[in-house]
Order: sequence, then C-alpha cells, then structure tokens
Amino acid sequence: MPVNSIFGVFAKSPIKPIQLHMDKVAVCSELLLPFFEACSKNNWVEAEQVRQQISQYEQDADELKRELRLTLPKGLFMPIDRADLIELVNRQDKIANTAKDIAGRVYGRQLQIPNEIFVDFMAYIQRSLDAIEQAKNAINELDELLETGFKGREVDIVTKMIEVLETIEDDTDSLQIKLRRNLLAIEDNYKPVDVMFLYKILEWIGSLADHSELIGTQLELILVRS
Amino acid sequence: MDILNTYGSMLILLAGTVGFLMAWGIGANDVANAMGTSVGSKALTIKQAIIIAMIFEFSGAYLAGGEVTSTIRKGIIDAAYFIDQPELLVYGMTAALLAAGLWLIIASFYGWPVSTTHSIVGAIVGFSAVGVGVDSVTWSKVVGIVGSWIITPLISGIIAYLIFMSSQKLIFNTKDPIANAKRYVPLYMFLAGFVLSLVTITKGLKHIGLHFTLIEAVILAIVIGAVVAIIGKVFINRVKIDPQADKEMHFANVEKIFAILMIVTACAMAFAHGSNDVANAIGPLAAVVNIVEHNGEITAKAQLAWWILPLGGVGIVLGLAVFGKRVMATIGHGITHLTPSRGFAAELAAASTVVIASGTGLPISTTQTLVGAVLGVGMARGIAALNLGVVRNIVISWVVTLPIGAGLSIVFFYLLKSIFS
Repeated sequence: MPVNSIFGVFAKSPIKPIQLHMDKVAVCSELLLPFFEACSKNNWVEAEQVRQQISQYEQDADELKRELRLTLPKGLFMPIDRADLIELVNRQDKIANTAKDIAGRVYGRQLQIPNEIFVDFMAYIQRSLDAIEQAKNAINELDELLETGFKGREVDIVTKMIEVLETIEDDTDSLQIKLRRNLLAIEDNYKPVDVMFLYKILEWIGSLADHSELIGTQLELILVRS
Repeated sequence: MDILNTYGSMLILLAGTVGFLMAWGIGANDVANAMGTSVGSKALTIKQAIIIAMIFEFSGAYLAGGEVTSTIRKGIIDAAYFIDQPELLVYGMTAALLAAGLWLIIASFYGWPVSTTHSIVGAIVGFSAVGVGVDSVTWSKVVGIVGSWIITPLISGIIAYLIFMSSQKLIFNTKDPIANAKRYVPLYMFLAGFVLSLVTITKGLKHIGLHFTLIEAVILAIVIGAVVAIIGKVFINRVKIDPQADKEMHFANVEKIFAILMIVTACAMAFAHGSNDVANAIGPLAAVVNIVEHNGEITAKAQLAWWILPLGGVGIVLGLAVFGKRVMATIGHGITHLTPSRGFAAELAAASTVVIASGTGLPISTTQTLVGAVLGVGMARGIAALNLGVVRNIVISWVVTLPIGAGLSIVFFYLLKSIFS
C-alpha cells in the first residue's frame, strides 16, 4: 500500500558508506606488511596469495565507491558539499589503488628488498600504514561531526587528529630520505633496473601517506567551510 | 426548506458517513507522518506508536479541535448568501467532503503526499465560488489561510532550527553530554507539555464547559508541563548508560536519553495532528448538522453538536487501528538515519506550530509543517542528506490539490443538487 508520507524527504546518508570504503582501503593496504614479509622470504606462492587479496579488496573498494556515487545524486541537501564528499572518496580510493600497484609491480618483477635496508623499509611501510590508520580514524569521526552539527568540540578533536596525521606524514618523508640515502650507498651491488624500481616503490609507499594526508586536508577544508 | 425536512436525516447520515470515512483516511494515512519519526529512530515500537497515537490523536481532536472545525464550518464561506437556500450549503459541504475524500483515496493510491487540509479548503471554496457565487466566499479569510500555509512551515523550520541549535549548545557541544542531556532534556519535555496544554486550555476547553482566566491557564499549563518533565526525568534516570556503546559512536548514550524525549514529542505531534486535522473530516459535517437541526436556519453562533468531535476522533483512531500498522511498516525502513536528537527538534517545532495554529483556528497542513521543521534541522547541519526533489513534489502537490479539490467538489455539488431537487 503506497503511503503519502513525508519520509521520502530523508535520503540515504553518505557517511556510513564513506566510512565503509575507508575501512576497506585500510584493510587492503595493511596487507602490504605480510606481502613484503613473504617476498623477503622468497616465498612467491604466498606473496601471490596476498597480492590477490590486496587486489580483491581494491576491487571491493571500487565497488563501494561506485555505490556511494549512486547515493549522491544532485538535488540532495547535505551538511557537506557534494563535490567535497566525492573528492574525499576519490582520495581514499587512490590509497587502495596505490597499494595494489605496489604489490603488482613487486610481484611482477619478483623484486627483492635488499637485506641492508629491509628493517628500515618495513618501518617505512609501517609508518605509512599509520598515516592511513590515522586518516581512517578521522573519517570515523564523521558521524560524530554530524551529531554535533559540524561545530565546536568535535571539530577540535578532528582538527587535532589531522595535526597528528601531518606529523606522521612528515615522519614518512624523513624515513624515505634516509632509505634513499642508504639505497644510494649500496645500489652498485644490485641490478640497475631493479634499483630503479626500488626507488619507484619507495616513492609509491610514500604516496600512501601523501594520499592519507590529502584526506586530512580535504576534511579540514570541509570543516573550514562550515 | 421542504427538502431539508424531507431528507434532513438522510443528508446528515450521508455527510456523517463520508466525514467518518474521511477521518478514517486521515488516521490511516497521516499517522505515518506524526509517528514515523519516533518509530524510525527506534524510540518506539510500531505497536507502542499506534497506542500513543490513538490516545493523543483522540484527545487532540476532542479537546483542541473545536476552533479549526468552526473555521471550516463557517469561516470560509459567508453564511449570509445561503439564508434563502440553506440546502445549497448542505449539498456543498457534503460535496466538499466527497471531493476531499475521493482525492485522498486517489492520492494514497499513487503515494502522492497531498494534504487533506488543502483539499477540503479547495473544495469548500470551489463549490461556493462556482456553485453559489464568487462573493459567497469570505476571500479575506481564504487569503489568510493560504498565507498561513506558507508561513507555518517557515515558522516551524525556524523553531526547529533554534531548538536544534539550543540542544547542540546545551548538550552535544559540552564536556559531558550525557550529564547535560539528563539535566536539560526534561526542560524540553516541560516545553512540550506547557505549549500544548496552554493552547488547549485557553482555546479548546470551552466546548466541554471549562473556563479559565489567562493566569489560571498559565499556572495550569506550568503544572502540566512540570508533571510531564518529572515523569520524563524518572524514565531518563532508568536509561542504562552503556560505556561500551560510546566506543563506536560517542553519542550513543545521549541519543538513548533523547529517545525518551522523542516519546513525549511524538505524543505532542499526535495531539497537534488530531487538533488540526480532525476538522477536515468533521468541519463540513458540523455545518450540515447545524443547518438541518435548525430546520434550515443558519445560525452563526450555534454550538457544535456534542457528538461531532468524538465522531471524528473515533474515525481517526479506527483508521489508525486498522491500517496504522501496515502504514508504519512500509515507512519504518526509510528513516533510520534520523536520530532522536534530530527527530525531537523537528517534532517539537512542528507540534508547537500546529497546535498554536489550531488554537487560532487556522487549518494548516501538519505534513508541511513537519517538512518545514525537518528542513530547519537540515539547515542547522543536523541531517546527513535530504531529498530536495521530494520537498519540491510536496510543494507542487499542494498547489495542484487546490484546483482539483475545487473541481471535484463543483462536480459533486451539481450532482447532489440535481438528485435532491
């Protein structure tokens, strides 16, 4: 029985889907740790399994992104600008894409991380993952922000989280500089093409943290516009 | 005059049946709007919502429905034009009921959000202006009513915005939202109880023989508001604060406290709805009964027959009882994004606006007042996403309803006229 109720006025909230997407992105990129562990052990069977998982999560995230876009037709009246939300999700999605590219490239070339820099390398990945985790925490505050009408104390909490995110990203920058320097010292011992790809991989891991920081920037922008 | 003597009881029976069915339809349909926010935010189960709606819709209709009923009965048309042909007024009012009822059925079938208020006002203006003469309509009154349809959603939106902002300032945006919720939520309960009882006492209770001075009324309203707040406080103290719940969502426990408040505002909403919308069903009926019982003499000062308001109330309650559950079930899923802290602001604002309109005798649309309130909360950035397309449809549907109500009632008017003469 059709009802002439007013409840069509309430559209589906985009906040939960954005958070789900970010969760998926975080799970996807965290798999880089076991992936590089497997690579270091020369266990390419296991590495391939993990790579497939990463790829699967990346696809899931894409699917969520598409669904989210469908819940954001024009003509919605939202506390956050529609374009800002779409940009936020795009930035989240870039993290998953980058994680997939890293795993794909490393596996495809069966690229080994030199033992001399392996510990630092893993610390570098961990710190980049920290940045993603921090971005996820900030995204998780979106529903609290809605509860408080994007004002006041909750805004301060999120602003602090974004500051922490920026410090983490700074850390990854200095870790990257250190790794590059160490790699430069030993690069003559390895195949030149491999070394070139190693530099590339270092860059991409750095961009995991960069994209996370950009999520923070976008959130800040959303809060400033309020 | 002969016609009224011969067919008088038959005409009353006809108008009574249609009016009763109309009240039934209002109960079945509009309960969703009045109670849906409470069910959607899980403050109430469907069964609880229906029981509350039955009690408060009836009380609203019976205690505070008199003023609007009298506007519909005799405010829109100028009775002087009917003194020589009172039977025309009887046909017309019956035609208006038939027209509004039919339009309600059609709109429900297609799921259009039409307003019964707009259809009945359009219908009365229609038969009177076309069937009797353009001057038989009290246009100044009609302009006032139509103006109120624009102003009331606006006012209700502003009130909702202010209520929501105040709850942010007093509760959400503080160091200890749970403690502040416990402290300030009873205040909102008091407000709901105070406004509703003040309007009811000053405007509604005359017809059941109770008269109060303004000061007595204010004191009584304060007492009722305080009683509501104290009962609410008892229930708030019983709310189990679950620290685990706040890990997921910081405000989960605060929302639990607001859920209690939402039960109060849902009662208020049902009461307000009953007080304004019962008139759409029984206002025309009251006019018919009045004329027939006075043998065609149109007495502007005549009292409302005692059984008319209860008849409308019972109609609404029966509509609720029979269809309420199904209606609620269909809408229950769509509105899970409305948390109690938002729902209460919208309901309290809408209920206050509607009940004040009822007190001044203005027939307004409960639905549109509620939509205005929801938009007000949206303006305060309290709701994740609102469909402006649906809002536009609601606005269009009320613009369209006026000519359609008028057209249908003109057709029924001439039909009745040719049948009985």
